[in-house]
Parts: sequence; structure tokens; C-alpha cells
Amino acid sequence: MTPSEDTSLVRVLAADGSLAPTAAAERYLPLIDALAESELETFYRDMVVIRAFDREATNLQRQGQLALWPPSLGQEAAQVGSARAARPQDHLFPSYREHVVCTIRGVDPVDIIRVMRGLTHGGWNPFDPKNGNTHVYTLVLGAQTPHSTGLAMGITLDGRSGTGDLERDEAVIVYYGDGASSQGDVHESMVFAASYQTPQVFFLQNNQWAISVPVSTQSRSPLYLRGEGIGIPSVQVDGNDVLASYAVSKVALDEARAGGGPRAIEALTYRMGAHTTSDDPTKYRTSDEERSWAERDPIERMRVFLRGRGASDAFFADVEAEGRALAEDVRTRTTALETIPADLIFSNVYSDPHPLVDEQRAWLAGYEASFEEDPS
Amino acid sequence: MPFSRALNAGLRKALADSDRVLLMGEDIGKLGGVFRVTEGLQAEFGERRVLDTPLAESAIIGTAIGLAMGGFRPVCEIQFDGFVFPGFDQITSQLAKLTYRHEGALQMPVVIRIPYGGHIGAVEHHQESPEAYFTHTPGLRVVSPSTPNDAYWMIQDAISSPDPVIFLEPKSRYWQKGEVDASARALPLHASRVVRRGTDVTIVAHGAMVATALQAAALAEAEGTSCEVVDLRSLSPIDYGPILDSVRRTGRMVYAQEASGFTSLGSEVAATVMERAFYSLEAPVLRVSGFDTPFPPAKLEGIFLPDADRILEAVDRTLAY
Ligand SMILES: Cc1ncc(C[n+]2csc(CCOP(=O)(O)OP(=O)(O)O)c2C)c(N)n1
Repeated sequence: MTPSEDTSLVRVLAADGSLAPTAAAERYLPLIDALAESELETFYRDMVVIRAFDREATNLQRQGQLALWPPSLGQEAAQVGSARAARPQDHLFPSYREHVVCTIRGVDPVDIIRVMRGLTHGGWNPFDPKNGNTHVYTLVLGAQTPHSTGLAMGITLDGRSGTGDLERDEAVIVYYGDGASSQGDVHESMVFAASYQTPQVFFLQNNQWAISVPVSTQSRSPLYLRGEGIGIPSVQVDGNDVLASYAVSKVALDEARAGGGPRAIEALTYRMGAHTTSDDPTKYRTSDEERSWAERDPIERMRVFLRGRGASDAFFADVEAEGRALAEDVRTRTTALETIPADLIFSNVYSDPHPLVDEQRAWLAGYEASFEEDPS
Repeated sequence: MPFSRALNAGLRKALADSDRVLLMGEDIGKLGGVFRVTEGLQAEFGERRVLDTPLAESAIIGTAIGLAMGGFRPVCEIQFDGFVFPGFDQITSQLAKLTYRHEGALQMPVVIRIPYGGHIGAVEHHQESPEAYFTHTPGLRVVSPSTPNDAYWMIQDAISSPDPVIFLEPKSRYWQKGEVDASARALPLHASRVVRRGTDVTIVAHGAMVATALQAAALAEAEGTSCEVVDLRSLSPIDYGPILDSVRRTGRMVYAQEASGFTSLGSEVAATVMERAFYSLEAPVLRVSGFDTPFPPAKLEGIFLPDADRILEAVDRTLAY
């Protein structure tokens, strides 16, 4: 269960933080060379700050503040690289672990918390500019993939991609896991994407496990080859290398937006924590495996790299402080979240009035009022 | 023994009794399922009898159909109620109709276990009440045990059935304890059962709501109303004998369910009771149910799902006629 040493793997940063591009990474190097120091620092900052948020959310769940938490621990590089590669006009479709993607695009972390606290099934409006076209979490595995393809089909129908203006052309990126890749929806969506040559990137985070089931149960061959089989040019990238993840995503998104049709990326990464806070990974995986992946931690790798380039202690201290501040802010605002009014049960079931729902809304109001009148 | 252990014991017995029985589903092996119902079974019976499948519900059910064609008796686990729908086509269009399509030349002994219903405070798609979709489909048998003893026996009976059985496990009951009598089966799979005697009002319920109905009956008794409670057990077919007997004695009936009321099990039972016991009724049959809205975020489920008070309110309304 180590990243394949396959020569087709795109990796720029080795696990020890040294610059050691694989053969497949060659074509991406100019993109990485073009990155400003501040952009490199942003990648690092994103990873550290959102890991602090993720840890805080896990603690909040342990303290009974959340019903559930799916940690993103260990998957920060895959998420930061791809989300930072997207342009503001792009649409992003997460599944339910893409906290890093969401927050980079502007979604308030507390909006994610609200979902896991049982206050909402959605939590944010993808079309509100402050949320960066980030769609809401989907808990049915793979169900978001056809939606992303449909949105991408609409972009083509409207002529909003492939015009030659990369600054304005739109693309779509959809996230899913190695387990989800077995779903019919994912395959059907890829078939449509290839048929209609959608401006779209399928971003598979292969974190090695679908709850207790190893990726070998989902596939005997590398998962990126599935895209190839359907006619979608696909690459495999070291998902714990934020630079590689950024570069392959940037190229794939730009090719898709330029009218080149869909692309697929398999990012090899690792879920370092439990599947969710109700899971116990000691039942199905070894501590040796966990250790070997801890040595490939995406944050540590980037930290060593930045150090080598002369990043200052003050920079690292500043990033740590920002993480702590976010965690504290999230804690304060989470515990201050109000319970929601009962009336929300009936709101937005339909857009037009519906007599059955209206009748039940009125019934509940009367029923609850009857308790208030009755002092017993 | 807790309900989930009783299921585990029933599955173990079925696996031991026949090597044609297979368990298949997501995370049911090493992990023992997210509710630990299959815990230890893979270790005991091996990976060829207890299969951790790839993550694909349509294929889990579709391949179970093929396995059944090959003489196996597959028992599929769907991880949560909300995830049965990717396999819905295979259940409703294929599994349910293959015996009919083959003019009886083929039997479909497939069991599909689905944890269902609310009261565990989960996130969306993890608490739903899909029973009416299945009871509406001819060719499927649908059952739901409400006690550990029923869980132990009904899972074995479902596996023995030559027909496909949708086996609905009320997930809020998984941790409830009760006696299991492994020496003798109390009732056949499709029998309904009076679980509390009473004379004024009949409350009919299934799954987790049976416990709530019993709670309501206890509260009603304190106020001088005697409620009889009937546990449906089998949702399709329905055993109307005990229900009609009861209604003929009490003259009043309330159906209590977590599911939305519109075109639900409660609607069906109410209509049938009205047809067959019209002259015994002193009041219209009432339904108490979840609202006709999607299952809400967890913080509102306590208002969405009927509690004992909501059942009592309906009991009072029938008595007011
Ligand atoms: C259709 C469907 N089936 C089952 C589940 C239950 N479930 C939730 S997450 C999960 C494992 C998903 O693994 P993967 O796709 O690799 O994503 P990861 O959680 O590892 O990020 C399962 C089986 C679900 N959410 N949806």
C-alpha cells in the first residue's frame, strides 16, 4: 500500500522534502517554477491552518458538540493543490471530506460544522459568491459526479468554455474517493463526460481505504486507468505532494476549460485518522502502515522544502498562530450555534405552496401551543 | 441479549446450518459492519462465506440475484437506509419479478438487511423510512422485527424463505436488550402479534415505533385508558387477523409509524380495517406519523418523529368521537 513506483506517477517533492521530480513530472516543472514564494507559502499555510480546524472539529465531536466528523487529516496536499489550481469561475463538487477545498474557496468552516452538528442538510449556497461555486456535501457516495457532469454539459451548451479566453472560460472539478469509484454513478458520469466532452476534471482521492475495505477490493489495477478506459486522459499523482497536486490539477483544468474535454486525476494519499469519529481503524489496519504514511505527511514535506528555501521562523510561528486562532474561533462560534426553529421541517420541501405540508405545519404549531397553554 | 447480538446469533446459526448461505456487504468482514451485526462471522466462516464487497449497492444486489440463480442464499447488508437506492432498480425491477418472469422456474431466496429509521441523531441519508417503497412492490416480502427474540428467529426465517425478503432493522433498537429463546420459535415470519392487551383503543405499529406505542399505552393506563398494542412484524404480507380481532373489541384504532404518512403502511392498514371492520368502528382510524417532509436535520428529529405524546393525542381524538 505504498504509492506505486510506477514511472507514470507525478511527484515533485520527495517524502523528505527534497525536490526530486519523477519522469512524469517533467512537463509540469515550468508551472512550479513560475510559482511565487508567496504562493508556495500559501499552500503551506492552507494545509496547516485547516489541519488545525480539522483537529478542533474532531475534538468538538468528542465533546458531544457534533453528531459526526469525517477528518481530512493527511489529505491536505491533494485538496490544497487542486483547489488552489481552480480559477474563481470554476465549480467544485465535494463529497463530504473536502473541508480543505471548501474553506479555500471561501466556505465558512462553521457552515461545515452545522452539517455535522445536525442543524442542516446543506449549509451553504454554492451560488453565493462568497462560497466560490463550491457545492454542498453529498453523503450518498458518487451521487455528485453526474451532477458535476450535468453542470459541465450546461457550460458547454451555453458556450462558457472553449472560447480561448482562459481567464473567463469555466470548468468543473468533482471529488470522490477510491470506494466511491466503484459506484455506477461515477462510471455513468464519466461516460457522459467523455461523450459530451465536458470541461471537467474527475479528482479521485485514493486514500487507500473505504472505511475498513482496502483499495485492492475496489480495483486490481490503478484507478486512474478507469478514466483511460472510458476515453478520458488520466494521470496519477502523489497526493501528499502539494506542488504536484497543484500542477496536474492546473493543467487538467485548463485543458478541460480550453475545450479539450474531461480529464481525470488519481491522487494517491492516505486517510491518517479514522474514517469518521464513529470508526475504529485499529480493527482493520496496522500501526506499521499508519507509521509509514506518517513519514510521508504532506505538511512536514512542504515545511522542510520551505525551510530549505529560507522561510523564516517568524513565518512558521505566524502560520501556527493563525491555525490556533481559527480553531478557537470555530470553537466559540460552534458552541454559540442556536438550535433551529421547528418550522424548518416544513420550509423548502417544495418551492410552491403545498397543501399537505401547509396543513401539517399548522397542525404542529397548534399542537405545540396546546402544551404551552396547559400548565400541567 | 441486545438486538444486534441476537441478529448476529441468528446469522451465525444460518451460516452454520447451510453452507449455501452467504453474507455480503460493505465493511461486514473485519469491521463486522458499522453496527457490528456481523462481528466475528468472517473470522468464523471465512472470506468465502462473509464477503466484504466493493462499494456498489447495485452490484451487491445484482450479484446476489445471480448467486441465488446458482443455488446460494445470499444475505446482503445495506449499510444505511439512505444507501439502498443505488440498488433500488435491482431490487424492484429485477429481484422482485424474476420468479414471476420465469413462471416459477426460478426462486429468489435473497435477503436484504437494511438498518432503518431515526433516533440515532445521524446525518442525512442515515435515517430514513423507506418501507413503503418496498411494500408497494409485488414479489417482495418485507419484515421488521422489534425485539431481540424476533430478530433472532425472523432473520433465520427470512433466510429460509424461497422469496426475496427485505429485512428492515430498526436501528434505534440495536442496543436494546431482551430475552432470546433459542429453543423454540414463537411465531411464523408473517404473523402479527398482540404485545399488550387492552380494551379501549388499538394501537398498531411496526419496528422501533412498537416501543413508543407501548410507552404511550403505559401512560394512557395511568389516565384510565386501556390500549391494546399490535406489532405488525410483517409489513408485506400483513397478517390482519390479530388487528381485526382487536379492533372489533376496542372499536378504535391508531396506526403509529416513523415514516411519512402519505401513501404509507398506516394508510394501507387503515383502509383495510375500514373495509373489513367498518361496523365495529366507533371512530375513524387515525394515523400518527412523521411529517410529509424529508427527514430533517438531527436536531429536529425529536419533533419530526412521533413520540408517545403524539400517539396519546391521537388516542384522545379517537375517544372523543
Ligand atoms: C451509496 C453509499 N453507500 C454506502 C455509504 C456508506 N459509506 C460512507 S463513506 C464509505 C466509504 C467511502 O470510501 P471512499 O469513497 O474511499 O471515501 P473516503 O471516506 O475514504 O474519503 C461508506 C461505505 C454511502 N455513504 N453511500
